[in-house]
Amino acid sequence: MKARIKFRKYGVMRFIGHLDVMRHFQKVMRRAQIPIAFTGGYSPHMIMSFAQPLGVGITSDGEYLDIELTEPIGSKQAAEQMNEVIAEGMEVVSFVYIPEEKKYSGMTITAAAEYRVSLLKSSRSAGKIKAVPASWKEAAERFLGQESIVVMKKTKRSEKKVDIRPFIYEIEAEDAGIRMFLAAGSENNLKPDLVMDEFLKFAGEDPDKVPVHIHRLDIFAKNDKIPAETEKTKEKGTGLVTLESLGTIRG
Amino acid sequence: MRKLALNDEILLKIEKPARYIGNEVNSVMKDPEKVDIRFAMCFPDVYEIGMSHLGIQILYDMFNQWEDVWCERVYSPWVDLDKVMRERSIPLFALESQEPVKDFDFLGITLQYEMCYTNILQVLDLAGIPLKAADRSDADPIVIGGGPCAYNPEPLADFFDLFYIGEGETSYRRLLDLFKENKKNKGTRQDFLESAAQVGGIYVPSFYDAAYHADGTLAAFTPNNEHAPSTVNKQVVMDLDDTYYPKKPVVPFIKVTQDRVVLEIQRGCIRGCRFCQAGMLYRPTRERSAERLKEYAREMLRSTGHEEISLSSLSSSDYSCLRELVNFLIGEFKGKGINISLPSLRIDAFSLDVMERVQDVRKSSLTFAPEAGSQRMRNVINKGLTEEEILNGAGQAFEGGWNKVKLYFMLGLPTETEEDMKAIPELADRIARRYYEIPKEKRNGKCQITTSTSFFIPKPFTPFQWARMYSNDEYIARAATVKHAFHDQLNRKSLKYNWHDAEITVLEGVFARGDRRTGKVIEEAYRLGCIYDAWTEVFDYEKWLKAFENTGVDMAFYNERERGMDELFPWDFIDIGVTKEFLKREWQRAMEGKVTPNCREQCSGCGAAGFGGGVCFEGKN
Repeated sequence: MKARIKFRKYGVMRFIGHLDVMRHFQKVMRRAQIPIAFTGGYSPHMIMSFAQPLGVGITSDGEYLDIELTEPIGSKQAAEQMNEVIAEGMEVVSFVYIPEEKKYSGMTITAAAEYRVSLLKSSRSAGKIKAVPASWKEAAERFLGQESIVVMKKTKRSEKKVDIRPFIYEIEAEDAGIRMFLAAGSENNLKPDLVMDEFLKFAGEDPDKVPVHIHRLDIFAKNDKIPAETEKTKEKGTGLVTLESLGTIRG
Repeated sequence: MRKLALNDEILLKIEKPARYIGNEVNSVMKDPEKVDIRFAMCFPDVYEIGMSHLGIQILYDMFNQWEDVWCERVYSPWVDLDKVMRERSIPLFALESQEPVKDFDFLGITLQYEMCYTNILQVLDLAGIPLKAADRSDADPIVIGGGPCAYNPEPLADFFDLFYIGEGETSYRRLLDLFKENKKNKGTRQDFLESAAQVGGIYVPSFYDAAYHADGTLAAFTPNNEHAPSTVNKQVVMDLDDTYYPKKPVVPFIKVTQDRVVLEIQRGCIRGCRFCQAGMLYRPTRERSAERLKEYAREMLRSTGHEEISLSSLSSSDYSCLRELVNFLIGEFKGKGINISLPSLRIDAFSLDVMERVQDVRKSSLTFAPEAGSQRMRNVINKGLTEEEILNGAGQAFEGGWNKVKLYFMLGLPTETEEDMKAIPELADRIARRYYEIPKEKRNGKCQITTSTSFFIPKPFTPFQWARMYSNDEYIARAATVKHAFHDQLNRKSLKYNWHDAEITVLEGVFARGDRRTGKVIEEAYRLGCIYDAWTEVFDYEKWLKAFENTGVDMAFYNERERGMDELFPWDFIDIGVTKEFLKREWQRAMEGKVTPNCREQCSGCGAAGFGGGVCFEGKN
């Protein structure tokens, strides 16, 4: 039996890297006495996998990990038990049951992620936000209107030119920040900082001189089987739904 | 939301920002308005090392159980942050409140090894506290040192207001009450130090004067303040079942050295190895009951979520309820995915059986610490481990499927000859031979015997406190002798040899038995840029040599001189319960190669029975 945990990461927890968040959850499972399953062998480990790692410095309202359970536990109860023992700056938002098959795992189905990038008064603090210039609304439209956006992408061995335009689904300048909807996951993963740098250059700014804070809003999966009309479905014309909406709550 | 002392720009630039943000599960937050005493507890090394120390966890828990005290943690900023803090004048802060250490009432620093001494100055300096106690004002925190190196506090005497000699559970409450009282009475720093000097185990270095003979040895060590006693008594907890223990230890976010639940099963050691300081300092041996430890194990695993539990003590095989406890831990937790990490145990049928149950035999190795290669040398150091025992233990293990052995030895022990050095590779070879006695089809490929040597450093309060050390070159020559002898062994291809650095050894030697005059070398080394001397990638021996040169302190005076039997030592004003007479007797017996029985075989009258408990009174109730 498999469950999907959606959690938030905020405040000082943004300085805790992905591997340490994993370690934290392992300890949370034990403290909260979640009936999680283990692998066999001499050093058994918990069966748990994260949908998409989150970089240091980034906060999020929509992170996911899938776990295997040995016995059922109520969704509400599980979330409460975890929240009692989780560090300040992390919060379990929901606990839903998902299908057994591997093809439904968060890691496999992740296809997109939505971010809000806010402008900061100074790189010294992510707490002091600056309004987005009014002119950027139109700039964002023009940015997205381009046929191709070619960037140099560094790999381990070399640099190569990549057109990132197909992987930018939306970009919109709102008062509170730049909201972007980007390809994510194992196939085409586009990093928000890279897109932001390109946008800033496009808007005539020097990216090194514009301090920003990135916040992930949610992670999405492609799901053709779910009709696009359901309330939770993100209408993108591409049938993207949040990972959370693919599970069911159990009492 | 939590406020942080460091801004985002800094935190995102430095290595492992999690070292500096606090917020760990089980860390204690209090309202500063509702406490009387702010205590900053410091381990002067990097977070991952400091967080692994049980003693601090015990004291942190004890202090925070007291409503009027808020104890917070401080560690040395790593060199990257150290640089940033100096450039931008950011004062050192405590992890919980993120507030400057300078505004605290106390800064407690644990003294675990000599090579952290420059880090103490780093901590004081970054905090903005004058390095020397004499330069501090009423507004500065009281700087107090404790831990094993406090048993010879003299090299650090200038930098500390107080030292606490012994186990922290006993006198702190009294000390803090005196502090509160003094504050209420609007007393000065001096007033507080005078009242503190009368508390058991408290040593106020400024209340004592040292005088020296023309040859440089100590002539007299006398109180200069009427409130200071001439002898400071070590503090011990006599009932380990009825004292503080951290049932909710702080759980770090990042991986630290000791990332597990630690059960301290006993304090002290019955063995009496003559080189071992801990074996003398922590006498008498006292045990915790298995029942109490089982409770702690359950509670601590639940409160931390750790996936591993380990036992901590000297010579764990001597703990009388070891079988019961280990069997309980395996039975209760092994099935729940909890690793049981065993301490080094005497190799026998029981330990081999337990090891087989908790670890993968193919991957794990056996550890022996014969400490010396020849039987003669082992008798000198009173390490009651015979070659027969080692070969039998290894043989049993080899037949059980093990093929890796680690051996630990010391070089430079008193009376050591070339034969004793060569006996090290010979013993390693005999263990390998024992392995190859097993029929080929029954053994698990080749065996791997890894031998490591460190250089012996005489420590205060041991029977070897009179012993001489050697020069850097002499140490390297001894290691080379051992290395060459390894090449002559039959099974050399199965033997591996590592040796420790000699540069750190000679420095440790100076500060282990140094007097007050060596403090200026530490200060000068720090001024020259030394910090993190225990870290090979940072350690700079040239700067240390320069510091000795600049201060005119002679390393050889402290290291290469065999001390006279009647010499007054800088640490003689401390009474650890074990008498100097006993240590002298043991030194004589060492010279005669005579073994002294352990505490359970026969009492040797060391003096620790004066504490009125522990192993000295076992079975006598």
